[in-house]
Amino acid sequence: MPRRRLRPLLFCAPFIALFLAMYVAPIGYAAVSSLYTVHRSGLGLTAPTKVFDPLGNYARALEDGAFLSSLGRVALFGVVQVPVMLGAALVLALLIDSKSARGKGFFRLSSFLPYAIPGVSAALVWSFMYSAQSSPVNRLLHPFGVSIPFFDSDLVLWSVANIVTWSWAGYNMIIIYAALQSIPAEVLEAARMDGASALRVAWSVKIPFVRGALVLTTVFSIIGSAQLYNEPTVLLPVSGGSVSSTFTPIMSAQSAVAAGNYPYAAAQSVLLALLVGGVSFVFFRLTGREERA
Amino acid sequence: MSAITTKARPVRARRDGTATSRIAVMALLGLSACYFLFPLWWLLVSSTKPFGEQFSGSGLWFHGFGLFGNIARLSGQDGGIFWRWMLNSVLYCGIGALLGTAFSALAGYALAKYDFPGRGAIFGAVLAAVLVPKVLFTLPLYLMFSGVHLIDNPLAVLLPSVVSPFGVYLSRVFAAQTVPDEVLEAGRLDGAGELRIFRAIGVRMMLPALVTIFLFQFVEIWNNYLLPAMVLGDDRLQPVTVGLVGWNASHVAVPPPLVVIGSLVSVVPLLIAFLALQRFWRAGMTAGAVK
Repeated sequence: MPRRRLRPLLFCAPFIALFLAMYVAPIGYAAVSSLYTVHRSGLGLTAPTKVFDPLGNYARALEDGAFLSSLGRVALFGVVQVPVMLGAALVLALLIDSKSARGKGFFRLSSFLPYAIPGVSAALVWSFMYSAQSSPVNRLLHPFGVSIPFFDSDLVLWSVANIVTWSWAGYNMIIIYAALQSIPAEVLEAARMDGASALRVAWSVKIPFVRGALVLTTVFSIIGSAQLYNEPTVLLPVSGGSVSSTFTPIMSAQSAVAAGNYPYAAAQSVLLALLVGGVSFVFFRLTGREERA
Repeated sequence: MSAITTKARPVRARRDGTATSRIAVMALLGLSACYFLFPLWWLLVSSTKPFGEQFSGSGLWFHGFGLFGNIARLSGQDGGIFWRWMLNSVLYCGIGALLGTAFSALAGYALAKYDFPGRGAIFGAVLAAVLVPKVLFTLPLYLMFSGVHLIDNPLAVLLPSVVSPFGVYLSRVFAAQTVPDEVLEAGRLDGAGELRIFRAIGVRMMLPALVTIFLFQFVEIWNNYLLPAMVLGDDRLQPVTVGLVGWNASHVAVPPPLVVIGSLVSVVPLLIAFLALQRFWRAGMTAGAVK
């Protein structure tokens, strides 16, 4: 019955066609164009020419100080921000789940609300929180003689981290909270009968139970860190120079596009994708091994 | 699957929880609520202050009332372009999410309910695509669009927005859960065609799930900044997020208080949608995340 067998493919056809055009083709395009290097005449008066040079852009990227430091910056960001955010999300979920909590609905909603704010709008609002002229945070701290220089070049990465944490902690909390809700009541009852304290139950029963949710939120957060773009881009014009146009790898690739060097931007994107894929894979392997042990 | 199990645990007895643990828990929760609500509260308070006083005072309490005057100024700036941006955002997100949900529903339903050659490959590609950073497609897409002269064309924002691997994944999960094979068989015995069965039975049973997918995609498109910022140079075509960032970067041309007020106005529709449709959100997130 060829008709019965073809029908499901027809159902999938609109998605597949667009998927090929908007996902698969760009990846292929990026991979192929990264193999060409752009040559300009000294004065830039004639049109640049493209030369097939499979490793040229990759070699250049690996020697490009700005690109490498953008990778390092985002790696540092991920190593600090992801555990802090997920730790906060886990603690929040456990607190809201605890017997001592009242007004659970309110606290769940208030932490989740920032997720409803588009990333760019959140960054705009926080840029006012940070700005030397308007910072309501520093106004609050003023009586104590404290003032936080949010745009200081040492601090600005963590000011960005705070915006990302504010936006996503509640989202991750909801995922972990949902996993907590699916712990069978008998398991918790048994732990309590054995005389375990609330903290002990949280540590030995609840946290191991939500491991899957934690692994998943970690992988999504790693991917999110790799594509860090919106928040630093919004802060760039108001940061007084501490956020550069190559602050993150995506920003670096975009500035290569702006400079007219598409193949170089493509090579940076491909390198970033390979790195993210590698890190996610290693993370899955590590957490998987622990599970078997 | 745990949209249902969420409610399964019976309410535990209220008696336990000592006074100290209760105070500690509530103090920590109160602190976290302050952190999450502080910037939003500041945004609300500042937008209601008379124009120009947005950055004076502590920022934590109302002072005078100028909300309507502020909105009038917002509407007056650059010939009322702000409302054009809002309309653009609603159109991009509405159309993109609607088509995306329809395509996701069709594909997810087929993946869940039919056995056909290539099914495994399609689902594998969908899962892989969920895990690849979406931003990485944006730069090559920009290059491809400039190759076919689609820059400054709304299609350059709409076409990529319509593809939602996560939507396909969710509708496959939901279709497998909520649409029983027996009902489909009954429809076939009555002589209905497959498309008709999908429309009359599949879509109806999956409707709550489809609302979730629509919402997810709506917000995802609203959140996507890099793509429209790259492919739309003409500011009359931009969505509100791109427009506001442009205003913010041009401190001299546009007074910063307008950015504050614009931010509040641009966020209100999403906040309302969120509060109204909470239960759909939670069902969707947990179905996607907890296995």
